[in-house]
Formats: sequence, C-alpha cells, structure tokens
Amino acid sequence: MNIVVCVKYVPDAQGERGFESDRTTDREGVDGLLSELDEYAVEEALKIVEAGEGEVTVLTMGPEDAATAIKKSLQMGAHQGVHVLDEAIAGSDAVATSLVLAEAVKKCGEVDLVLTGLASTDGVMSVVPAMLAERLGLPQVTFASELTVEGGHVRIRRDNESFSETVEADLPAVVSVTDQINEPRYPSFKGIMAAKKKPVQTWSLADLGVDPSQVGLDAAWARVEETQARPPREAGEVVTDEGQGGEALADFLAARRLA
Amino acid sequence: MSEVLVLVDHVDGDVRKTTAEMLTVARRLGEPSAVFVGQGYAAAKETLARYGAAKVYVADDAVYTDHLVAPVAELLADLVARTSPAAVLVASTNDAKEVAGRLAIKTGSGLITDAVDVATGDAGLRVTKSVFAGSYTVAAQVGTGTPIITVKPNSIPAEESAASPTEETVTTEVSDVARAARVTSRTAKEKSGRPSLTEAAIVVSGGRGTGGDFGPVEAFADALGAAVGASRAAVDAGWYPHSHQVGQTGVSVSPQLYVAAGISGAIQHRAGMQTSKTIVAVNKDAEAPIFELVDFGVVGDLFTILPQAADKVQQNKG
Repeated sequence: MNIVVCVKYVPDAQGERGFESDRTTDREGVDGLLSELDEYAVEEALKIVEAGEGEVTVLTMGPEDAATAIKKSLQMGAHQGVHVLDEAIAGSDAVATSLVLAEAVKKCGEVDLVLTGLASTDGVMSVVPAMLAERLGLPQVTFASELTVEGGHVRIRRDNESFSETVEADLPAVVSVTDQINEPRYPSFKGIMAAKKKPVQTWSLADLGVDPSQVGLDAAWARVEETQARPPREAGEVVTDEGQGGEALADFLAARRLA
Repeated sequence: MSEVLVLVDHVDGDVRKTTAEMLTVARRLGEPSAVFVGQGYAAAKETLARYGAAKVYVADDAVYTDHLVAPVAELLADLVARTSPAAVLVASTNDAKEVAGRLAIKTGSGLITDAVDVATGDAGLRVTKSVFAGSYTVAAQVGTGTPIITVKPNSIPAEESAASPTEETVTTEVSDVARAARVTSRTAKEKSGRPSLTEAAIVVSGGRGTGGDFGPVEAFADALGAAVGASRAAVDAGWYPHSHQVGQTGVSVSPQLYVAAGISGAIQHRAGMQTSKTIVAVNKDAEAPIFELVDFGVVGDLFTILPQAADKVQQNKG
C-alpha cells in the first residue's frame, strides 16, 4: 500500500495573520506550522500501513519553510517526504495548487491512496481534494469521518447537516478525512530522532513538467483585489451577575428587538 | 440577459433557505436559472418560482445522487457550455463546494468560496468574503472563465420576486470515472425540531462550561426559536453531536444573534461565529476571550442565568 499524504504549511492561526503587498497570504514573516487538519490525514495513513504494510510519502508545496510541515509528518512516522519548491508557485490559487499536486502525485509512481485533510486552516476552501480527484481521474471519496481500506477497496462515512452517507470506491482513490476520524499522535523522541535520517526530495516545476506560467499569482483564475482588516468590535457591556444577570440579558435582547 | 445558474440546495424537494438567497443574488447578476438535481421537484417548484427563477433545469436521474459529486459537476459543465452563464452559484455546503471545485477545473474557470455578497463591478463580479477567522474582509474577482461562486448561507437576505419559470428536464452522459465513487447508503439525520444551524437567525451554543448538561442551552434556544450549537470542546467530550459544532472545523454561522454559553472563545471557535451581527456571552470567567467580542456579556453561572433569561423572554412575549 503506497500512500501519498498532501499537507500544507500554514500561518499559525494563534498568531497575527495578514497579507503581502500583492494581497497573497503572508507566509514569510509569520510563524508557520503543519496545518492542524492535515495531522489527521497523516495519522490515518500511518494507521493504515501499520495495520498492513506499505509506505507513507508526505507531499507539500510551498516556500523553504514548508519543509517544517514535512518534518513534523516524518516525526509522526511518515517514511519519506517530497517538497515541491519553486519561486513561481507563490500566490497560486486552488486551481494551480491542484495542478502541481496532481503532477507530483503522478511522479510518485504507483500510488494506492492519496490522503488529505478536510481543509487548510488558512484558505479553508475544502476544494483541493475534489480538484485533485478531477485532475487525476480517480474516485473522489471525501470528508471521511470513518475510513476502511481492504481488498483494494475503500469505504467511508460522510456526514453532512441532513444525512450520513456511506461512500465506496475501488483503489486508487483520493480520500479526505475530517477531524472526527482519529486522534493524531504526538511525535515520540524516537520518532523525532528517526525523522532526521528520512529522505526528503525537492522537486521543481521543471521536474514535474509544469509550465511556470500555469501557476502563481499571475496565473490565478480568481484573485483578491482588496483586503480590509475587520474593524475591532466595539467593546460591549459586560455585567457581573448578582442575581439579575439573566433578566439583564433578556432586557438587552428585547431592546435590540432580538427576543 | 445572460443566465445565472443556481444549483438548488434541497433535501428531497424541501428547498433550503440558501437557495432563496442565491436566487436573490442571481437576479442582480442576470436571469436566474435554477438547476434542480435529485428527487422532489414538485415540492420545490413553488419556492423556486417565488424567488424569481426564470427557468428550471430538472435532473432527476438517480445517477446524480447515487454517486458522489462528480456527476453533478459534469451536468453543470454541460449546462455552462450550453448557456454561457454570467455566473454559477452554489451553496457553501461540502457537497456543493466540491461540485464547484470540479466544475472550475472542467470549465477553466475561477472559483471563489464562501461569498457573503456578490455585486456587479466595473470589471466583472465583485465577491466579498471574510477570511482568517473573520479578521479580514476581502473583495475578490474571477478573471478567467465563468465565475463560480459558493455562497455562504444566511449572508444575503432573500427577497421574493415571483416568476413563472419554464422547465426543462436534462440528462447528460455521465462518464465512468464520475461513477467511481458510489453512495451505498444514505441515512437522514434525526430532526431536532429546531431550525438548521446554518440557516437560523439565532444560534445558542454551549461549551465546556455546560459540564455536559445542554439542558439550559436547549431551553434558552427554544425560548428564542434558535438553533443549538456547540464548541469543539463540548463535541470532543461527547456532549453534543459533531454536526452542531460551530468553528473552524465545524459549521460557520453568521446569524443575527449568537449566544455563547460557557464557551471561552478560542480562535477555533471564533472562526465559526465572529461575523454574527450581535454576540452575547455568558461565562463564569471574566477573563474569557469571548468577552472581547460581545455586545453584551454576563459574568456568572449559565445554569442560573440562562433559565432566568428564558423566563424573562417568555414574559416579555406576554
């Protein structure tokens, strides 16, 4: 079983996030990390190979610092990493991202399963897994909160507001997992030491046969024209309950015609 | 006037509010054409007409619902090729977003997700959305192909505008690869009798501070006719179903009123509720970050404050 897990290096949501002068996400001047939601995909991949056999390759695209996301995945137990690193990639939209990832997955050779998280914690679009499936011509089996892989077959539970669905497909397939699927492990000391010796390949767009003019900000099919920090909310009234807190709350709602 | 394709968000013909909101936006951009996929069109018909659908494409072949996402993307790609619409609007649900993603690739079109507003500008459609957990508002534009936009529920007020739509049944050749992911079972979730979280005008959410007892939260929600939400901490503890989780990894809501009870207000949670119009919080901890966001807050015990507030609300209703 060969599994490729696509991961993203994102600005830490706990810190100040912002934009570059070209209105792309600032990824350089901020603390970054492996997108929290991708940890579930790495964990799920590890569980699958640990229950059987196979190798987990973790794939990312992004600036130099994105190597951090690979490192964390290797520390968790992934076997090898691939970093698509090319200046032309900066500012890529989801469409271009899916192109680069799809070509990189193809270059990884025989792949049974492409795993991703349910969204990145910065862009939060949740569309790249579907785009990847579209580009690779593979079954799209996404938003899995339970996953079973056996006998060349994949089955998931997919929940939405109205339904709970079972979705099945043959391998190879593109599968995205939610944060309900498992509890990602913390890297062990042994894992941290072992990660130092694991192979990481760096590929350029040329290595993938992707024309640089197809990616990056200039190629984006959709782009941000204007950004505005949300004005801080005006400080509201906070009262301490001394017996009438609930009534005060109801009165506030009545005054605002909300109740 | 160009058509604007609107993928109808519905459950067996029960049209969700988002659809009315999308039709309202579509009328500003061109002539709305609703695309109804699945069973139950007879039940949906009246609502689509009431919100101004000039045309309805009905695709009721089971192939579209027996397989995940891909066949609907092929259907819309066919309609885009046929009608050259001014835009394609879909709801910001997991399913429809993924349809939009595949459609963007198929049609060579730019995609913008989670729009809270769409307007016609000098150089095409101007789409407003909020990013980074609601800390920024951005305006974005599609420069290539047909603008494909997913619209966040509860962002644009729906306005009626009666029309008598023409109807056309459509079927498309669905490729083998689009049939590769099969939906082998579909179980409807139990209905709570409360409004749906993404559509509700008022949401009352409970967190760690409930200690697992959502009774007061649900009772206050019912007094207000509200939906019930939960923080990730409450969901992870198994106190409330994941489908009610408000936050970055759950549902993102922007109701008229959001009540956070026993929720500290971590960034994870704020990401899902920060754009609510009015925010109210009840928390024992006066230092809880949620109080930085509130229009009104009460420091105290939710187990006494919520029931008292619910009683007063009932009294005020007279």
